[in-house]
Amino acid sequence: MSRPPANLLLGGALVALAALAALVSLVWTPFPHAALDVANKFAPPSAEHWLGTDQLGRDLVSQLMVGAANSLAVALAAVALGGGLGTALGLAASAMGGWVEDLAMRICDLGFAFPALLFAIMLAAAFGPSLANAALAIAFINVPVFARVARGAANQVWVREFVLAGRAAGRSRLALTLDHIVPNVAAAVIVQATIEFAVAILAEAALSYLGLGAQPPSPSWGRMLAEAQTLLWIEPMLAIWPGLAIVVTVLGFGLMGDGLRDLADPRLVRER
Amino acid sequence: MLLFLLRRTVGFLATLLAISVIVFAVMNLLPGDPALTVLGIDSTEDARAALRAQMGLDRPAAERFLAWIGGALVGDFGTSWSFGVPVAGLIAERLPLTLSLAASGMVVTLVVALALGMAAAANHRRPGDWAMMLLSQLGIAVPAFWLAILLVLLFAVTLRWLPPGGFPGWGEPAAAASSLILPTISLALVQSAVLARVTRSAALEAMRLDFVRTARATGLSPARILWRHVLPNALAPIVTIVGMQFAGVVTGAIVIENVFYLPGLGRLIFQSIANRDLITVQALVLMFAAIVVAANFLVDVAYVLIDPRLKARAT
Repeated sequence: MSRPPANLLLGGALVALAALAALVSLVWTPFPHAALDVANKFAPPSAEHWLGTDQLGRDLVSQLMVGAANSLAVALAAVALGGGLGTALGLAASAMGGWVEDLAMRICDLGFAFPALLFAIMLAAAFGPSLANAALAIAFINVPVFARVARGAANQVWVREFVLAGRAAGRSRLALTLDHIVPNVAAAVIVQATIEFAVAILAEAALSYLGLGAQPPSPSWGRMLAEAQTLLWIEPMLAIWPGLAIVVTVLGFGLMGDGLRDLADPRLVRER
Repeated sequence: MLLFLLRRTVGFLATLLAISVIVFAVMNLLPGDPALTVLGIDSTEDARAALRAQMGLDRPAAERFLAWIGGALVGDFGTSWSFGVPVAGLIAERLPLTLSLAASGMVVTLVVALALGMAAAANHRRPGDWAMMLLSQLGIAVPAFWLAILLVLLFAVTLRWLPPGGFPGWGEPAAAASSLILPTISLALVQSAVLARVTRSAALEAMRLDFVRTARATGLSPARILWRHVLPNALAPIVTIVGMQFAGVVTGAIVIENVFYLPGLGRLIFQSIANRDLITVQALVLMFAAIVVAANFLVDVAYVLIDPRLKARAT
């Protein structure tokens, strides 16, 4: 195999940066992220506070690092839960065929009527806003996306000769799905998961910005921006860093998804 | 063709019904007692029971659902618990602002995306194309609400050209329009990044077809070929994405209204969540979901109108 595509390398590097910040924050941050130091508020960047401090004297780098952990944890939970359920649903629909498949896909169509924001609004109104409810809302919108991808890819495999041979040999649909369908749809599902990671991080940021995600004092990039917006006239840089963190991470996953798709299906490369 | 329209309409109505069931079910799984929330913990059980009866919460769920959906069909969404006025009135007051924002956002999205996408396709594999691809890759990664904050920082805080937020009301058209400029741009730029990419690849696809070579051979100008021959043949995938993006613009408007403190439906939803005004939240969520489904329904129909080949199959 030739050299991996450039977008995969660049995307991987950006994602690694965010993941490293998140992992390190679990054991170490320059300062405790919620530690108040009002005497030191709006401190400029220094050797001690690399990006300065906010309106309550909290260290910005520490908050951004914990924000990375929150953001990636929500995205991971949402994509794993929604992707897992959706993929299982899509595989089952493809294996059963007939009216079961039709019904499953109709239900998925319904899911598209609820953007993550609307679903999160319902959950927040009924159960109160929380990071877990935000993750649940994002997971929910992932179910139909993955169901469609998995079903589409699986339907192409079910008509191949080696699967027909397996059916002729009397193997059950479940055994065929596990042995032959899953390995052949894995690439499509993994590419979709990478792209949905980017979508999930954007969605979490928006929900937290609106107060439907991370609750104080838990830092989140979206909530940091909501607080910074009221301080634009005093310290505009507070509104810059969390936004950059979101863009870098989302861009990373987006580029990685494009790169993985190119690897999985080289025919697409000449199109761009 | 008629049969196709009929089938799609029936499907559309069935989807609307299913959505209303989902919205009602999620909102009524509520573990808390709305009467307790409204009256506070010092209230007597009798007072709470009376309020529950007044809200209709003592009736069985199925009956409440039928009453709610029956009312919604004739434009009666019940009475807001926190404002004490009909929900329909609250919506009617705020709808024009949200619709104006969504419509202007969609128009700017279309103009920017078609212009950039077609220009990139015309300059395929030249610097202009790469610049557009780079810009759109970045645009997809930027959250609309952060772009909005950056625009406020530049145009309201630093340059002081435009207001940072708020809405003066329709009585002052010039001020109202200027307070919608930044929200419209924030909403449109991010959406147009996706659409520009789709436009570009659809146009490139169409440019490979034989009739384009024929058109070139007959000496038509490149611009005329691009807009009169390539674009119509590239429309199908563009319309699909536009339908999906309309959903994005409508929910995006909810976020952007909150960034700019615009008194539209998006602000109303968040005020209602804060007040635990479930009947209002329920009506608004249903309305937004219905708008999304309606947009997709219209796209399905538009498809057939755009592509005569589908019309033959749809009969």
